[in-house]
Amino acid sequence: MERGPATAAPRSPAPRKRRRKRHEMLRIGGGISTPWFIGIAVAVFALLLGVWWLITATEMVEPLFLPSPSEVFESLRHQIQNGQLWDDARVSVYRVLIGFALATVMAIPIGVLIGTYRVWEAAVEPLVDFIRYMPVVAFVPLTILWSGTGDTQKFLIIWIGTFFQQVLLIMDNVKRVPMDYVNLGYTLGLKDRSILARIIIPSSAPGIWDSMRISLGWAWTWLVLAELVAATSGLGYRINTAQRYFETDLIIGYILVLGCLGLIFDQVMKFLSRRMFKYEEAR
Amino acid sequence: MASTPKVEVRSLSKVFEGGDHDVTALSDVDMTLGDNEFVSLIGTSGCGKSTLLSIVAGLQEPSEGEVVLDGEEVVGPGRDRGLVFQSYTLFPWQTARANVEFALRGEKLSKGERTKLAREHLALVGLEQFEDSYPHQLSGGMKQRVAIARALSYRPQVLLMDEPFGALDALTRGMMQELLTRVWEEHKITVLFVTHDVEEAVFVSDRVVVMTNRPGKIKEEIPIDLPRPRAHEMLSSPEFGELYGRVLESIRSEAMAADTVPAGASR
Ligand SMILES: Nc1ncnc2c1ncn2[C@@H]1O[C@H](COP(=O)(O)OP(=O)(O)OP(=O)(O)O)[C@@H](O)[C@H]1O
Ligand SMILES: [Mg+2]
Repeated sequence: MERGPATAAPRSPAPRKRRRKRHEMLRIGGGISTPWFIGIAVAVFALLLGVWWLITATEMVEPLFLPSPSEVFESLRHQIQNGQLWDDARVSVYRVLIGFALATVMAIPIGVLIGTYRVWEAAVEPLVDFIRYMPVVAFVPLTILWSGTGDTQKFLIIWIGTFFQQVLLIMDNVKRVPMDYVNLGYTLGLKDRSILARIIIPSSAPGIWDSMRISLGWAWTWLVLAELVAATSGLGYRINTAQRYFETDLIIGYILVLGCLGLIFDQVMKFLSRRMFKYEEAR
Repeated sequence: MASTPKVEVRSLSKVFEGGDHDVTALSDVDMTLGDNEFVSLIGTSGCGKSTLLSIVAGLQEPSEGEVVLDGEEVVGPGRDRGLVFQSYTLFPWQTARANVEFALRGEKLSKGERTKLAREHLALVGLEQFEDSYPHQLSGGMKQRVAIARALSYRPQVLLMDEPFGALDALTRGMMQELLTRVWEEHKITVLFVTHDVEEAVFVSDRVVVMTNRPGKIKEEIPIDLPRPRAHEMLSSPEFGELYGRVLESIRSEAMAADTVPAGASR
């Protein structure tokens, strides 16, 4: 608003040099509202879908290499109707959950222990680090030799692929617990076990949960790998047979399904984290 | 001053053994804390104040010498000594009240009694309104107040404070100092208070102990015979000014030697 003296002759408005304020979203660290966030995310998906459709509609690429979106969705619809998608997904989800749970249940106590006591770190960390660098793929033949091509072998591969990584991630989380929290526990007369249970574990829990979320993604990767190599059921197995019959639409459809499953699992983990660690939000 | 000392530090030395060279943090420190006395420990950065405090707390072992509490040698941490850390040590996963209650777990109290005691001590530091707030919802000064409430709640005989107001702005700091002296005057407890702020040291203490640069030794002890209760108006009194000058002079020569200037020296 112009607030010049009332008697003055109307002045021409000063040249508007005011810098245009950048939108909140475009600033470093700026906030964003949920509708905008979802809107942008959906738009990017839609855009990619559009590009895909355009490429196939103009027949730039042979359908054998890249079928159109409608063909892919049609084949997925077919798989849903005959119940095969459901069967495949159920088997794979089951394998991932069990394999991942086995790895996690073992990794948490070991990771906490080696993050807390240097003696245990000396005993375990170098070994874990060593095994971690062995390519999981190389274990596939070995695990088949040990346990055939059934569920057990899938659990084993998932376990090998996630357990060792988890142990190190958890150790790092535990090490990041401020030493003064522990010292406070000592000045309150707590014994080591109470300090572990009441201070170290709650303090590192949000970080550990986040590590779990990340390693769940890897569990999926290793499962599909194992199913591609040798399996008689599961999403990876279906992709493998589809390749034999040149069913590119089915392969792409299943890859999309795998992406969706991963996204759903990730979002569930994130949601639970927000519920359990409410106090973390403002950080 | 009290006749029998509450805490005695006897020819205490601490050497940190490093890879290529050892660091002598404390060398031959002798000092006493009278019963219910409020003593400030002031010294330049790195002179070993925190080290001394954590040895008295029993969190570190001395290389030589000993700490004696009520005639008995200190061999580890215990609930007879409470420590307020320089860093924020409230657990982020607990509310202010739960943080205080955490310290009361060791007592044989019912849940109700614990809650009541925690509430009382939060009220003591003026935070009864914030008992259900999480640390991230509290300001730095409020967090340190909760930490003080927590340290007082289980009635330790000695309260050790490591620059508890170090991270606060001057105004909040002033209010915290007044709060602390008021709480101490009501509570009666032996306090060893580490600071590098001259004004703060003179204002809150019965006695100021000045340390030399590293390796830390006791350089000088200056009794502060200002009347209690203390109020901030006293800061402009000539008596305060005189004591302030003495402590500043003492610490300043150390700071010059160490080429660092302590807070408060610029005024
Ligand atoms: N764990 C440790 N290992 C090796 N050196 C240490 C250790 N802790 C402290 N020191 C050294 O001992 C000396 C005294 O440290 P201390 O933390 O007690 O100083 P301070 O007086 O509290 O300093 P400030 O005022 O900066 O907090 C420093 O030189 C420090 O580097
Ligand atoms: Mg210190």
